[in-house]
Amino acid sequence: MKKLLMATAATALLAGAAAAGGDEVKIGVLLGFTGPIESLTPNMAAGAELAMKEVSDSGKLLGGMKVVSVRGDSTCVDAGAATAAAERLVTSDGVKGIMGADCSGVTGAVLQNVARPNGIVMISPSATSPALSTAPDDGLFFRTAPSDARQGEVMADIILDRGIKEVALTYTNNDYGKGLADSFKKAYEAKGGKVTISIPHEDGKGDYSAEVGALSAAGGEALVVAGYIDQGGKGIIRAALDTGAFDTFVLPDGMIGSKLEEYFGKEIDGSFGQHPGTDSPGAKIFQQMAKGAGFDGASPFSAESYDAAALILLAMQAAGSTDPKVYKDKVMDVANAPGEKILPGELGKALDLIAQGKDIDYVGASAVELIGPGESAGNYREIEIKDGKITTVRYR
Amino acid sequence: MDILNAFVLLANFVIVPALAYGSQLALGALGVTLIYGILRFSNFAHGDTMAFGTMVTILVTWWFWSMGISAGPLPTALLALPFGIAATALLVLATDRAVYRFYRRVKAKPVIFVIASLGVMFILNGIVRFIIGPDDRNFTDGERFLVTAREFRHMTGLREGLAIKTTQALTVVIAILVVIALFWFLNRTRTGKSMRAYSDNEDLALLSGIDPERVVVITWVIAAGLATIAGVLYGLDKSFKPFTYFQLLLPIFAAAIVGGLGNPLGAIAGGYLVAFSEVAVTYAYRKFFKYLLPDWLEPQGLMQLLSTDYKFAVSFAILILVLLFRPTGLFRGKAV
Repeated sequence: MKKLLMATAATALLAGAAAAGGDEVKIGVLLGFTGPIESLTPNMAAGAELAMKEVSDSGKLLGGMKVVSVRGDSTCVDAGAATAAAERLVTSDGVKGIMGADCSGVTGAVLQNVARPNGIVMISPSATSPALSTAPDDGLFFRTAPSDARQGEVMADIILDRGIKEVALTYTNNDYGKGLADSFKKAYEAKGGKVTISIPHEDGKGDYSAEVGALSAAGGEALVVAGYIDQGGKGIIRAALDTGAFDTFVLPDGMIGSKLEEYFGKEIDGSFGQHPGTDSPGAKIFQQMAKGAGFDGASPFSAESYDAAALILLAMQAAGSTDPKVYKDKVMDVANAPGEKILPGELGKALDLIAQGKDIDYVGASAVELIGPGESAGNYREIEIKDGKITTVRYR
Repeated sequence: MDILNAFVLLANFVIVPALAYGSQLALGALGVTLIYGILRFSNFAHGDTMAFGTMVTILVTWWFWSMGISAGPLPTALLALPFGIAATALLVLATDRAVYRFYRRVKAKPVIFVIASLGVMFILNGIVRFIIGPDDRNFTDGERFLVTAREFRHMTGLREGLAIKTTQALTVVIAILVVIALFWFLNRTRTGKSMRAYSDNEDLALLSGIDPERVVVITWVIAAGLATIAGVLYGLDKSFKPFTYFQLLLPIFAAAIVGGLGNPLGAIAGGYLVAFSEVAVTYAYRKFFKYLLPDWLEPQGLMQLLSTDYKFAVSFAILILVLLFRPTGLFRGKAV
């Protein structure tokens, strides 16, 4: 009897503690802090947490709730580990939404194994595989990154506009690379181009002479590298330059970053490509804010991460609830017109407007416009390497 | 002329890269095989030992840069290499003290050593990332090329170019020197002989008065030296990134096992075998045959034996074949 009493008392105490924590909401940040993209994720997480801090500091979310970030490691490649991490976020930490995951493969796995069974909203800042557009998601999955089906089209146009009719193609062997390569090949061939060879490369390997040998034997006026700049993509370009196999490269989003200038500089003058980007003022404001917070806001998908976290919180405000089953229907509303445009740094104002019952149109750091199954419509910045620097050609 | 073109093409895309990569693998496999032969376990921490040694070398290289010291046309990292080796030797001796010595004393089974080395691997993995971060680091300076593809075409008037990087040449030269020194040491010096005696028959060696702890210490120091040299050469030729070094463990072990674990000669042969099979089997020979064959025989397809997707399958196929038909490896290593 005594024991039972003790247990009851303990339970009551615990319940009390839980209730005391009721003025805060936890958001999971599920990114690959270890693994192939571990060099990008710190800036992505910092982006998401910047948005959370902004909302917390404003004190306007659902009557002054604080936002707490709980990080989980998606590893980018190991679906089992990512699922376990997400499971932990949801069941043991009790997060009300997940900002993540990052790579397309693990994102699909977490969506099916954790988000849908538990009814948790997921907004991925960087999963771009076309397959995710059609995956069943119970209206829980969104992404602030565009599908690569769109990027494939844009890349095909850019290449053909430059009069290049024959290219060799290599892609990183995962959902991102394969999805982008397939959509590009389809678009390019439909528009009259020819892909001489299409081969995958594995990331994180030391030696890419075999791949470059095969690519060079097949030939082409340029080499399309649908990979990652701090992974196999770098090794492929290095080996292609060193052996004199190619000197013009077509670089999609995973390849474009400040590292590109640092690694190759003038050696790849004349190479070109595109990445999600916009000339909206949001991007610049975000980079300023990131600088103030001590991280690199120009790093890939950092802006998208800020937007993903912001959208979760704004949708909560619009629904008047932190319950994912309720606020999931508001994500599209706050992201799209009509309403007052919201830029980074204006989250407090946005929360106010929503509280007053007014509509907002979240533009954010990456000019978010959600279409179709809840993915970014995608604005692309066409770039060219001139004098070792990435220069903007135009926005598409 | 066409025959020359065909040869240059092959040299540029197959022989030169595979030779450099093979030398790096061979040096790595030598370290693994040495530990296996003398301490009798597969050291899974070897890849990360390479990463640690390279990291120290990079840090010292940066320090040299900041003081304006350079090695002229050669990479500055070569000057920093001894520091890297020294630090790595201290590190592996410390891990031996802290971890392996205990298991040696209780005469633990080899599999326990292997699992312990796995733990060491994860800790080193963390230490390296903690100190230098997970990013790619480039620390190559000096002349990049002995001869570039464009220069070669210009010089010879051939249609195909041949590029030889300084780092590739350095890798091969240093690998040869290190291997000669190692074999001289193992076969000619008293210490080397006592190491081999210890490896062949531990009890007999103890009876003849060989100090086991001394053998262990020297083995670790040599393994640390080999690991650091392999790591630095690899980093100079490609780039340094902790994650790739971790992944290097796989081809290195494949090389050591194919050659015969515990047999130094086998490790070298295994390194080149893995590197050449990866590159040569997946190369598309279309252009090569185009030069050699008359026009009417010109190949239509890519003339590729296997798609590059399968390049790892190639080394593993060789590994399985060897284990099936010669379980102790090509050069008769110790029974596994």
